[in-house]
Formats: sequence, C-alpha cells, structure tokens
Amino acid sequence: MTLAITNLARPPLLAPVTLALPPASVTGLIGPNGAGKTTLLRAIAGLSAGPGTVTIDGAPLAAATRVRTLAWLPADRDVAWPMRAADLVQLGLGPGAARDDAAITAALIAVDAEAFADRRVDTLSTGERARVLLARALVARPRWLLLDEPVANLDPFHRLGIMALLGRLAATGTGVVIALHDLDLARRHCDRLLLLDMGALVATGTPAAVLGPAHLAAVFRIRTGPDGWEAVETQSG
Amino acid sequence: MTVKRLSWLLAALLLPLVATSLLWDPALLLAVARRDPALARTILTELRLPRTALALLIGGGLGLGGAAMQGLLRNPLASPDVLGPSTGASLGAVLAGYFLGGGVLAVALGGVVGALAALALLVALAGPVAGTATLLLAGVAISALGGALVNLALSLAPSPYALYDVMFWLLGSLADRSLPQLAVAGPLIIAGAVLLLAQRHRLDTLALGEDVATSLGIAIPRLRWTIITATGIMVGAGVAVAGSIGFIGLVVPHLVRPLVGNRPGVALVPAGLAGAALLLAADMAVRLPVNGQELKLGVLTALLGAPFFLWLVVRSR
Repeated sequence: MTLAITNLARPPLLAPVTLALPPASVTGLIGPNGAGKTTLLRAIAGLSAGPGTVTIDGAPLAAATRVRTLAWLPADRDVAWPMRAADLVQLGLGPGAARDDAAITAALIAVDAEAFADRRVDTLSTGERARVLLARALVARPRWLLLDEPVANLDPFHRLGIMALLGRLAATGTGVVIALHDLDLARRHCDRLLLLDMGALVATGTPAAVLGPAHLAAVFRIRTGPDGWEAVETQSG
Repeated sequence: MTVKRLSWLLAALLLPLVATSLLWDPALLLAVARRDPALARTILTELRLPRTALALLIGGGLGLGGAAMQGLLRNPLASPDVLGPSTGASLGAVLAGYFLGGGVLAVALGGVVGALAALALLVALAGPVAGTATLLLAGVAISALGGALVNLALSLAPSPYALYDVMFWLLGSLADRSLPQLAVAGPLIIAGAVLLLAQRHRLDTLALGEDVATSLGIAIPRLRWTIITATGIMVGAGVAVAGSIGFIGLVVPHLVRPLVGNRPGVALVPAGLAGAALLLAADMAVRLPVNGQELKLGVLTALLGAPFFLWLVVRSR
C-alpha cells in the first residue's frame, strides 16, 4: 500500500516532488505559510490538474474505489447547509452509500463528537465542527488519510486526542499524511516529516533530523530559546 | 420528520387537490346534471385533466428545479425566476412565436433553448463556486437583459392582437391549455425530473464543497451540466406552456428543506411534490371569478411569493 509520488508539480506553487510514502505511519507536512503544503496535499488527492503521477500500489486512483482508498480533509470548515452532524458524517461513505449508523457513531466517538450527533453544524463552534468534519473523513475507514490542518482551532486536549487517534490508525495500517503548523506536535506525533519551503521539498526524515537548528533558522526563521520558540533576527533588519 | 413520511404527507395532500381540480367545474356539473355523459367526458378529458396535469407537472418542475439549483450553487437565493432562466424561457418562447409560427412544439422548444442559454450564461458569468453577490449580480443582469429583449419583441409586435396575446401569456396562466400542450410539456418535464432525481445523492455530498465532492469520486463538471440541462428543460417547457410563474421555485425549497435536515438532495422529492401542490392550489384559487375575470396564475404566485421572499430577507439580516 505504498503511495508513490513521481515528479508531481503544480507550477509555480510546487516544484517537482518524487517520493514514496510508506503506509502504517504518520507523515507530517511542515513549512511556513505559503510553502506549498496545501498544494501538495491537493495534488496527491487528485484535486488539481498538472504534471506528475500518484499511484497507490502501482495503480492510479479510480473514482469507483476512491472512498475506501483515500480521504482528503480541507483546511476550511465551511458547510453549505445547516445539516445535522450525523448526516454530514454519512456523506463520507460516498454518494448514495447505504446509511451506516454504526460507522457514523464510531467515527464521532473517535473524535469525541458523539454528543453533537443530532446538532446542526451551524450551531457548533469552529473546533467542534472541525472534529465533525474529521469524522467525515474517517468514517469510510480509508487506507490513506490526507489531512490539511486537522487540529487547527482545536483546544489542547483535543489536539493531543486527535494526534493520538491518528497514531493508533497508523498502527493498524492506515497511511496518514497531515499538514501541521504546530512543530511540537509534529516532533512528538509524526514518524516522518516532509519540510517544504517556497514550493520545494527541502528535507525529509525523522522529526529529530528535519527539525534541527539549521532548518528552523533557514526555513522557519525561529530558534529554540529559554521560553520556547523565538524569532531569529533577519539579516537585512 | 423522515423524508418518506413528508413525501407521503404531501402526496396525501395532493389527492384531494387533484380530485377537486378535476371535478370542480360548473360546466362539468351542469353536464352531469343534464345526464350528458359525452359532454361530461369531453370536459373532463380535454379541459380538466390536462389543466390539472399541467399544474402538477409545471409546479413540480419549478419546485424540483429550484431545489436543484439551490443545491448545485449552494445558495438559498438561487431559483429559476430570480436568476434568469425563466426570463430566458419567456424570450425564447416569444421569439419562437414570432419566427417559427407559434405552434405548441415551436414555442416549447424556444422556451427550453432560452432557459438553457440563460442558465449556461449564468454559470459562465458567476463561476462554479458562486458567491451570493456574484451570483445575484449575474442573475439580475441576465434577467434584466432578457426582460429588455422581451419588451423589445413586444414593441415590435406585428399587430395589437399579437401584443395582447403575448402580454397575457407572460402574466402566467393555465386557462384553455389542453392535450397538445400536455403532450409537449409533459414528457419534457418528466425527463428533466428523472435526470435531476438521479443526481440527488451527489447534491447532498456537494454540501461539503466541490473539492470534497471530487475527492469522494463525483465528477463535478458532469454533475453541473446535468443539473443545468435538466432544470433548463423543465423551466423552459413550463414557461412555454404557462407563461412566467414566479416564486414557486424560490419559495418551495425553503419550505421543505428544513423538514428533511437541510439535506439538499433529500429535499428534491418533497420540493417537487410541494411545488405541484402549491401550483395546483393556486390554479384552483384563480378560477374563483373576481370581477368576472379569471385572475392570472403568475400574478397570484407573485402576490404570495414576494412577501415570503421579503420575510427571508428580513430573517437573514
């Protein structure tokens, strides 16, 4: 179940990327604003046209098996209509799929949102809605999860809970690719990191290797100080 | 309320409406009283039946088309009469009347082509994502252009009688429609309804946005053109037969969608049934003579629909 990316590019936002993502692990996608994290995730999910190929076990994504193969979660939390949370999660099973209340409940429990099952999503807070939308991505138990900032807007308890959940899913074989801004979460919960900067993949490896002082200063313009992260003075300033 | 229960409820509401619309006609009752079965049969099959069936089909088509447009554009203000297809259909039907001789088939064809052209222009102008402001501006512009062209056609009318005919037709009515109109509009509206209903699951998924729908295996361009084509056919055929009947397509989806958990695809069937019931009830109301004249159907639906539209505006402030 390796996800192989070959010469995937979206000029001018993303320079060609070639890599193989192993299943059963959590891969973190990090980089400053505008580095190309969202562009790369969308390109892998087949949502934008451009050069390069993405294959899973040697085969390209097919519309008929998409729902069970790969789920993509966008960073925005918009829902066009004020539907019930449970009805929204059902949509993740694919258009026209039979109602599966057991799967919906399991997905809502996994993200600690079963209490909102019957609430309208427009009455939920942004963080609560984010968890319901994540349940939508989980409900079909896809083999690959491509998640764009799934823990943004979440409180610390739920951030840790969701990262632990993704770790458990990876332990049972799911390939998880997650765009993250929180470098502490990336260090603690990802098996591997991909560092993007200005549309190019500049480093891959273990969190310890990728989050070294050189990358932090060159790409993120930060360093570890006595009270946590601190900004590095810019050369020209 | 489950969608099944709501649909049955609406169907149960339709039955007495249909029975009343079929049987409530002084001429029919008089024929029965005079024991004239031939006359009674003629009135029933050539007047009452086609008019009732047309009200059901056109009302159902407007309700269904409005619900599908709102679902596709993810916008509660989308509807055939606000965004241009109804005006496009009027223009197409008027032009067909002028240049193609005004036969039932030619006018229906003109209406369908006009509605499709207006819808295609709308989607091309507003773009696929259709923010409320862009969508409404594009729709208002298309409606205004269509309306101006209809007025131009009216002012170039070959005779006062032709002008009078077209103006009265534009007000919307089902009076004196018979089997030929039913034979042309019926299959078109049913075909459009079948096409639309086949998209209902995809419309539900579209609530999550076009990208997520694509990631779940939906081909968005095909879905968009299917819904535009089906809605254009239904609205065009309806307008060609009955003139412009406003507000059903706008109001009905708002009435039923909250009852089915705000799922845009699930709302299609109840919206069709509610549209049929509403237009049939309105058509019976206009047959009550006022000042010796039959009220125009489009006038009544606008009189009822406009205040509802205002209420929507006030509520969303």
